[in-house]
Order: sequence, then C-alpha cells, then structure tokens
Amino acid sequence: MDIPRYWRLKSQRYRLEGRKCLDCGTLSFPPRLVCQKCKSRHSQPFEFKGKGKLYSFTTIYQAPDRFDDLVPYAVGLIDLEEGVRITAQITDILPEQLEIGMDLEMVIRKIYEDGNKGPILYGYKFRPIMAAQN
Amino acid sequence: MRKVAIVGIGQTPVREHWENNLRDLAVTALRDAMEDAGVETVDGVCVGNMLSGALSEQEHLGSLIVDYAGLDGVEGMKIEAACGSGAAAIRMAVKAVASGLMDAVGVVGVEKLTEFSGKFSTASLATAADADYEITMGLSFVGINALMMRRYLHEFKYDKNDFAIFPVNAHHNAVQNPNAMFRYTITPAQYAKSKMIADPINLLDSSPIADGAAAVIVVAEDHINRYKGKGVSILACEVGTDTVALDNREDLLWLKGVERSVKKAYYVSGLSPKDIDFFEAHDAFSIITAMSLEASGFAEKGKAIPFAEKKGISIPGGLPLNTAGGLKGRGHPVGATGVYQVVEAVQQLRGVMPEAIQVKKNKVAMAQNIGGSGATVITTILKRID
Repeated sequence: MDIPRYWRLKSQRYRLEGRKCLDCGTLSFPPRLVCQKCKSRHSQPFEFKGKGKLYSFTTIYQAPDRFDDLVPYAVGLIDLEEGVRITAQITDILPEQLEIGMDLEMVIRKIYEDGNKGPILYGYKFRPIMAAQN
Repeated sequence: MRKVAIVGIGQTPVREHWENNLRDLAVTALRDAMEDAGVETVDGVCVGNMLSGALSEQEHLGSLIVDYAGLDGVEGMKIEAACGSGAAAIRMAVKAVASGLMDAVGVVGVEKLTEFSGKFSTASLATAADADYEITMGLSFVGINALMMRRYLHEFKYDKNDFAIFPVNAHHNAVQNPNAMFRYTITPAQYAKSKMIADPINLLDSSPIADGAAAVIVVAEDHINRYKGKGVSILACEVGTDTVALDNREDLLWLKGVERSVKKAYYVSGLSPKDIDFFEAHDAFSIITAMSLEASGFAEKGKAIPFAEKKGISIPGGLPLNTAGGLKGRGHPVGATGVYQVVEAVQQLRGVMPEAIQVKKNKVAMAQNIGGSGATVITTILKRID
C-alpha cells in the first residue's frame, strides 16, 4: 500500500493547491517545479477556489476495478475560474443531465477504498452549483 | 549520418495466444525477421514492450529475448513509451545504425495482454496516463479518449455515427489480412448500436487488447545488397512529445505531439502529406484516427471526416488508411503495435500484401504510432527501393 503517495498528495486532494510562477504569474495544477510557460523554477503555492465550468465529460460504463461500484459515473474536464483545466469526477447529478459549460464547484468526497484493509481515499470531486444557492 | 533501411520483417498472428508465452512470441517474430533478412546474428536488439512487468511478472526483456533467440552475448534492452513502445524501439535502432555505432539491429515489439481478465489489463493500460491526476479520478484509458471525442463532437457539430467510417474501413481491410484478429466486416448500423464503454466511445470505436509480436531488421542502406530480404528505405523515424495529462494541454483538440513528430519527419524526408501514398494511422480509438489525420497535415482541424469521405480511405481510395486492418481490425498488442504498422507498410512497399489489400500506389508509406493520449508520437516514413 503506497500510503506515502497519498499523504504527499493531501494539499492537492483537499485544497486544490497548485503553484504560481513568481516570474510570469502562470498558474499550474498539478504543481510543477518548472513553469510550463517561461520555464522559471521560482514559484509559490497557490490555492484554487474550486469553481469552474464543465469543458468536456464522459460517462464511464466499464471502470477499473476500484471504481466498479460507482458505474455508471461521470468524469469531466473542468475549466477553473483562475484559468487552469483539471480532471475530476462529477457528482450529485445524473450523467444524462450533464451539459458542457455548466457551472461546477469543488467538494470533498470519498474517491475509493483501497481494498478491504487499506485506507479510504478522499479528494476533490465537482458538483453543479444549484440555482437556489446563487 | 548514414541512411538506414529495413531488410527483414516478421510477425505472429495477433490473437489471444493462451498457448504461447511472451518470450516465444518475441523469438518467433525476431527469428522470422532474421531469416527474411538472411542474417545469423545482429549487433543489438531493441525490444518494444509496455506491460511485461505488470502482466507477465517479467522485466529484463532485452537479455531474456536475446538469450532465447540464440543471440548469445548480444546487447539487448527494452524500450517503453506506452502504446508507442514499438515504434520507439525502431527509433532507437535507427539512431544506432544511422550513427554508425551498429550495422544491423533487430527490433521486436511484443505484448501479452490476455493473461488476466480484461479489467486488469485495462487498469494496467491506464498507467500510460497521469497516475495521480487522471487515473485516481476514476478515468479509464477509454475515458480519456472519450473526453476528447465529446468535445470534438460538441465543437465541430458532428453526429457520433459520422465516425463509423474509420472502424468500418479498418475491419474491411482486416478480413484480408491473415494476421489480423478480427477478420469480419462491420456495418455503420452495427456501429450505431454498439455498446457504450465510456460515452461517447463505444465498443466498435475501440481497438481490442491482444497478444502478438512483430519484428524488423534495421541496417545501413549502403549495405542492403549483403542481405537476402528486399530492402525498404527508412526516410524518417521521428518523435514528438506532449503533456501526458490531457488537462494540461493548451488545445484539447490538437495533437501537438503528432504535429511535432510529423514536422520533423517531413523535414528530414523532404516530403509533405501529398507525397504519402498510404497511411498506417494509430486508430486505437476512432477519435484518434481523426485527430491524427488533422495534426499530420492531411485534413484541416475538425475536417478529418469530410476528408475521409471525399478523398477515400479504402484500398483504391486517395489515401488508403490502415490497409491491413489497423489497430481496430488487426488488433492492438500495445508494445508490438508500432512494429506491426511498419511491418505492414514494408509488405505494401514490397508488393507482397494479399492482393485484395495491396495498394496500387506503393512508393511512399507513413506509419504513426502514438503513446498514451498523444504524449509520445513516432512517425515513420518509408520508401520503396527500386
């Protein structure tokens, strides 16, 4: 069981922490040691707000084993307000109700259980922003 | 730099080879290629493979295959670049021969994906993607390609069924290829009713997992008269890369790795898309065929489907595509696929394909092998030697 790996990812999984380049301001998620744009190695942590729009999505019918219980479930590409695109499951909505362009927000959910004896992994998913909340 | 050529080819049928192990598949293809070339030994062996460690509990393939092939003491190493491993191994051989370091290199792509349940193989194949940020989100490898296809349909306003043209063509050609896995035709109506795997990608968009091995012998072109097999010139074998994770790409609908790879290949060969007589595309999924045609310069962005309809992608068409069945019809033994593509291109250029799928214009071939969702792309341009 690769516990150190999940421990290492906690800032990303729970807080959407990426990096901001100190030379050109480019944001990255996942965090990168070298800026994708200007190649600078100077950056600092940057926490994304977790709001964005659905750019593309798929409904998974044949899943890897650890996600089998969720089938069918949706995974999307989300364009965050700050201008970075990330991959996440879309939750609290039926797959047939998904639409490109819809507003989404980050929530923390169980991602999967690592077997019967392993830890339960938590992390970000995205859900629709309900009209009533606006 | 020396010019390089292929003087020997070998391939096993693509099947569920439950009766054959990984090393025997590899040795069969490699020794067949050596016999075709008329050589007793080679200076080095490059093995293209992705998942021997995960699915056969066997790494260290280089020396293992060298040993079992009876090439005592020869140098051998495994090259891994996900689904692009096969052509990546050819690239390494080309570098070794072009530089003058070696005179003859054997390349063998081998993969065994049917040892375990399809689900386990699927999970292993997903290691081609970003483990921490794509796969733990619940994506499968099919799902990653589905994200591209959904946006493509949305942006360019196609009906999903418009994509049927690619798998229908691939299956049509596979019928005539004795080494192909699926030797039957499919219809657009069957495509429309096919089971969804990761919406909008259905079963008939997807190439099957399979076992197989294919091999080529790469030599200096100046030396081709020393060999028995009819030589085919490698004008280019060039690599382009892109981000492994889809979400980190500037443009989801443009395979920059493909563009980078073909630009180099066209440059070093002095050719352009109009010089290519037929194209072995990496049709792991229908969407990849379309996006590869676009980024390779055959069709404009978003226009691969009307291009295929108008130009014609069948054997007598303007740009015959996946002439031996492609990944969809021949099958996709991942780390072997890139070598199968080149072996099939050599068969076409030698004029020895079964008659029904032998292309008439067979002077210049292009084969393109893609790793992951486009992060490693190897484009090979081959030319007949008259």
